[in-house]
Amino acid sequence: MSEPSGEIPRHSVLDRILHWMLVLAFFAAVASGFALFHPSLFFLTALSGGGPWNALLHPFFGLAMMLFFFWFAIPHWRVNLIGKRDIQWLKQFIDVMTHNEEVLPEQDKYNAGQKMLYYILMLCMIGLLLTGFPIWRHYFSGYFPVDIVRLSLLTHAFAAFVLVASVIGHASFAVWVKGSIRSMFKGTVTPGWAYKHHRAWFRQMIRPGGGGGH
Amino acid sequence: MPLQSLDIRRRSATTIQPPAARVEAIPEVAKLIDTTKCIGCKACQVACMEWNDLRDEIGINAGVYDNPPDLSSQSWTVMRYAEYENPKGDLEWLIRKDGCMHCDDPGCLKACPSPGAIVQYANGIVDFQEENCIGCGYCISGCPFDVPRISKKDKKVYKCTLCSDRVAVGLEPACVKACPTGCITFGRKDQLQHDAAERVVELKTRGFDQAGLYDPQGVGGTHVMYVLHHADDPTLYSGLPKEPKISPFVRLWKGAVKPLALGAMAFVALAGFLNMVRGGASETTAKDEEAAQREKEKMHV
Amino acid sequence: MTNHWVDIKNADVVLVMGGNAAEAHPCGFKWVIEAKQHNNAKLIVVDPRFTRTAAVADLYVPIRSGTDIIFLGGVIKYLLDYDFINHEYVKNYTDFTFIVREDFNFADGFYSGWDSDKNTYDKASWDYEKGPDGFVKTDPTLKHPRCVGNLMKKHYAAYTPEMVERACGSPRDKFLQTCKLLATCCATDRVATMLYALGWCHHSVGTQNVRIGAMVQLLMGNIGAAGGGTQALRGHSNVQGLTDLGLLSNQLPGYLTLPNDPEQDYGAFIEKRTRKPLRKNQMSYWQNYSKFHVSLMKSWWGAAATAQNNWCYDYLPKHDKQYDVLQQMDMMFNGEMNGFICQGFNPLATVPDKARTTEALSKLKYLVVMDPLAVETAEFWQSHGAYNDVDASKIATEVFRLPSGCFAEEDGAIVNSSRWLQWHWAGAKPPGEARLDIEFMSELFLHLRKLYQTEGGAYPDPILNLSWPYAHAHEPTPEEIAKEYNGKALVDLADPKDPTKIVRKAGEQVAGFGELKDDGSTACGCWIYAGCWTEAGNAMARRDNSDPTGIGQTRNWSWAWPANRRILYNRASCDLAGKPFNQSRKLIEWNGKTWSGVDVPDFKADEDPANGMGPFIMQPEGVARFFGGGSMAEGPFPVHYEPFESPVGYNPLFPDKKDAVNNPAARVFKRDRESLGKKEEFPHVATTYRLTEHFHYWTEHSHLNQVVQPQQFVEIGEGLAKEVGVKAGDWVKVSSNRGSINAVAVVTKRIKVMQIEGKPVHHVGIPIHWGFKALGKPGYIANTLTVAIGDANSQTPEFKSFLVKVERA
Repeated sequence: MSEPSGEIPRHSVLDRILHWMLVLAFFAAVASGFALFHPSLFFLTALSGGGPWNALLHPFFGLAMMLFFFWFAIPHWRVNLIGKRDIQWLKQFIDVMTHNEEVLPEQDKYNAGQKMLYYILMLCMIGLLLTGFPIWRHYFSGYFPVDIVRLSLLTHAFAAFVLVASVIGHASFAVWVKGSIRSMFKGTVTPGWAYKHHRAWFRQMIRPGGGGGH
Repeated sequence: MPLQSLDIRRRSATTIQPPAARVEAIPEVAKLIDTTKCIGCKACQVACMEWNDLRDEIGINAGVYDNPPDLSSQSWTVMRYAEYENPKGDLEWLIRKDGCMHCDDPGCLKACPSPGAIVQYANGIVDFQEENCIGCGYCISGCPFDVPRISKKDKKVYKCTLCSDRVAVGLEPACVKACPTGCITFGRKDQLQHDAAERVVELKTRGFDQAGLYDPQGVGGTHVMYVLHHADDPTLYSGLPKEPKISPFVRLWKGAVKPLALGAMAFVALAGFLNMVRGGASETTAKDEEAAQREKEKMHV
Repeated sequence: MTNHWVDIKNADVVLVMGGNAAEAHPCGFKWVIEAKQHNNAKLIVVDPRFTRTAAVADLYVPIRSGTDIIFLGGVIKYLLDYDFINHEYVKNYTDFTFIVREDFNFADGFYSGWDSDKNTYDKASWDYEKGPDGFVKTDPTLKHPRCVGNLMKKHYAAYTPEMVERACGSPRDKFLQTCKLLATCCATDRVATMLYALGWCHHSVGTQNVRIGAMVQLLMGNIGAAGGGTQALRGHSNVQGLTDLGLLSNQLPGYLTLPNDPEQDYGAFIEKRTRKPLRKNQMSYWQNYSKFHVSLMKSWWGAAATAQNNWCYDYLPKHDKQYDVLQQMDMMFNGEMNGFICQGFNPLATVPDKARTTEALSKLKYLVVMDPLAVETAEFWQSHGAYNDVDASKIATEVFRLPSGCFAEEDGAIVNSSRWLQWHWAGAKPPGEARLDIEFMSELFLHLRKLYQTEGGAYPDPILNLSWPYAHAHEPTPEEIAKEYNGKALVDLADPKDPTKIVRKAGEQVAGFGELKDDGSTACGCWIYAGCWTEAGNAMARRDNSDPTGIGQTRNWSWAWPANRRILYNRASCDLAGKPFNQSRKLIEWNGKTWSGVDVPDFKADEDPANGMGPFIMQPEGVARFFGGGSMAEGPFPVHYEPFESPVGYNPLFPDKKDAVNNPAARVFKRDRESLGKKEEFPHVATTYRLTEHFHYWTEHSHLNQVVQPQQFVEIGEGLAKEVGVKAGDWVKVSSNRGSINAVAVVTKRIKVMQIEGKPVHHVGIPIHWGFKALGKPGYIANTLTVAIGDANSQTPEFKSFLVKVERA
């Protein structure tokens, strides 16, 4: 199946909207979180309207991020299942980085790296959500023993670190693999892009009646 | 703002050294609470409320003398009463004035993310500057003594200031002034340690073999110290921690982890960038498009 | 107090009994802590409850409420049996060696002279044996069986440690530890003090509780010494001033007394009070009685008081009975009193048996309440739900409220327990339309006087002739009144030794009561206050706390009555030759010519000790009394009687004597007799008291006090809680035969079940302080439960011991 232009649809409109809303919420949560993360970043509180607003809003930014993330990510669970080819792909990661696509196993809609990201983000988000409530001082901290709060503070910061690092990686790859960002705006990729990066998916998509959903 | 604005030893969420030139000349102060002389009259509580303009709610009696039942943003100090039957079978009523201990290594200050919301003066007093407080409550988790309390009214955190405003002008804290039995004294910490040592000797003659000074070193010592009849088991005094220290979670969270994490994140970003610089972007070429076209045609044949 | 607050620091042993100084007197209690810390003193607390005083004590001894006389009788027996007495002191400074009349007797709970039909005593036999010269007979060898020491030994023979254990519930070992500690203070280099308050007074044997404490101190020679004495810790701020100024129905200022009904003759009235010495060369200071009385009359009625009209003797009311508050309530209840002015008084809350008080007030025509606070009494007629369940439509009493200022809004002196008159200055003006009490009273007087002037009336003279010399008749100032109390010369006073020399010009303030005369040449509103505001100025305002010898004798801090004397009976701190028993805390000494030292000698200043004058100069015998003579209603030696509501039901000392269970001399009104409950129905011993967080029924109106102690509660032991089935924080109902209250239960280890006469007895602690006007959480008035029977001498109600039943609410 292909677009009239001959391009292959990759991201639905809803997915694109959710993705970019997620990105916005992520930036809000990260900026307000970073502001509290290290003194050198405290200036970021200005973005939320000052320290108290920052402390007040950060949990809500976080919740918005959770909302968009899970709305976006959960329906994609099937295409993120890990298969044998993914393991092989990961073993040959050096070939990925050296543009040696031809020797790599053919990839589904998402390659093993993207699937890894999917699970890492899922774990981080769940971690952030679970630890977020005990440290939400205005409403919830009082219901938790202080050691749980302390552990949550530590875990929350750690999960945020992993999340941010992963997202930086994700963004780097998106920039690196030309056509990716374009697709997240336009929704489609060229057949060549699909052929190059996700050949298995490409073949599935060009089969008559193909498309197999996403 | 602190009246002794140049006499700050530590400032929360601040990576640079506060003005330090004058600090050495200022003696460390402390409040010594001699539980063996405390009659639990709560004059200190009332004096605290009066001086600091605090008005807690009129609560209820929950079957004990403790009232208000706990510290709050309106009660910066409370008396805690514990009935203890000693091994001889005699009853002891261990009464302890609870409140901020003014740790030398304050966990609250360590945990605070807002620059200047918590300061430690050169004299050792740990003070909250509420106008800088953002209400995150991290200090509450940082405190090994469970002291700071967030106000429902303004979402800011409050605790005993050791009457830093009074001390700055040469007065003793309000609780000390009001204490009728001389159970609470205030002065130079070294002098009070000396006084406490004398008290301990006296208490031992009265049969309190384990009498001692509570100045826990796990938090670098405190600027509020207790003379206890049973220094071997401070938990008898309504759960005064035996060996308080800043939680390892908090130490880890606020310790080396943060700069390392920042560095790691910066590294990831840099690596991505350098990857681009090194080999250029992974672009879809005309060759790829042709190959794709071939495949497509093959499929449709 | 015989001594004063600061002096407590000189004590070696401090006994707190019948009081809870740390809670009720936290500021003064600092001196107990000081004694402990710097004088290595031991603190003993004897109390039914383990109080906040006990929290800092070296020894706590539980005692059943109302059995102090058995406990202290036991101490007396111990001291006598083991000879822990200060012989020199006891022999020379007390009546230990005096011989008592042959017809004096005590048996089965009654002294000689008891008339069981009339329920009264003929006290004639309660006296010393006197010789033909009118002086008492003594036996310094102590061989005479009827000398006071031997009578006392016999009297307290039954007060054994076993009796203490089974009647007081005090463990024997703790009791004996108390005896041993106290006994160390019979040595001249050690001294004990006793701190008591209403825990001794609020009993039907209250006065005797105090007396027996003093007797223990006398045996050890501790009265008059620095760090010794017995200390009455006064409750209300200025209640000391109240009694000093004679605000009791049968008294005049300075502990002078009103005549009673049969005393219609002035000469006989004075003669009876001018007590002649009972031994050779005794001062018997009351020989000066007429000087104080006449000066008082001159102060009150000025020029109208003349020798011809016996200094207005006929103006004075002659009382037929004591008009204490219990009497007043009974009279109201019986319709015999129908107007009532309450000035700074909240009787609905503070008088026992609230139901009776409500009924009594309901029968009044009018009630005036003059108070800074919205007190319960002014709203006794208004329903406040269960807390004050009355039907206003059935109460016709007209209530007037006069909003007055409080102590902090006026200048004046407050007399503390140390007898110090400390001048204070107003901190603020009374709010709104409130006026100072002095203005209300002046207005009332001037109005009444005008009515008498214009309309006449029966015998208006005392009102019309009252001296009212104030610059502003409607607003006399505290300064004017203070000067009036001090007294002044009305004419030039000559030196008695040299009549040509004028020592005091007319109109000048007298320097002390020594200058007062009974010829109408001096006026003095309260003779014991003479010296408080002399020509040198207001001594009460002095604030010099210098302490020349370091024993707390700050003679230039305010002013103490009498004569700025800080420690009463201080002559007794020296031996017969006038040398201090204890050089390290000496107060005064004889230097061969005069008595001098860091205190004002309580003695004739130039009296050579060799002449044998006794140190207790107010007494006709010159010595302190173990044998109370006829001064007490129930007998010369304190006897234990059970509280009127007793958990035992009989007197453990006289188990078979049904009429010797309670104080036979107590006055019991019919309704109160009927209101008594039985131990079978009300098995628990209740005691009411104050908490340190509150002050009477004032601070229920104060936010901060309510914050630190917000709600009414009762205290019960863990044993009783288990029996009743409640835990801390649950609600309980406490009922007596007079009513019931509901309150939160504080369940504590500090109140233990006692074994009394072989049976378990539980105590219930009932703090007062809350009423239906309390800020935040209203409460039940604790006096709903109490018994309206008082001490036989003072009529102070038995608030501290009565029976209740505790149940789950």
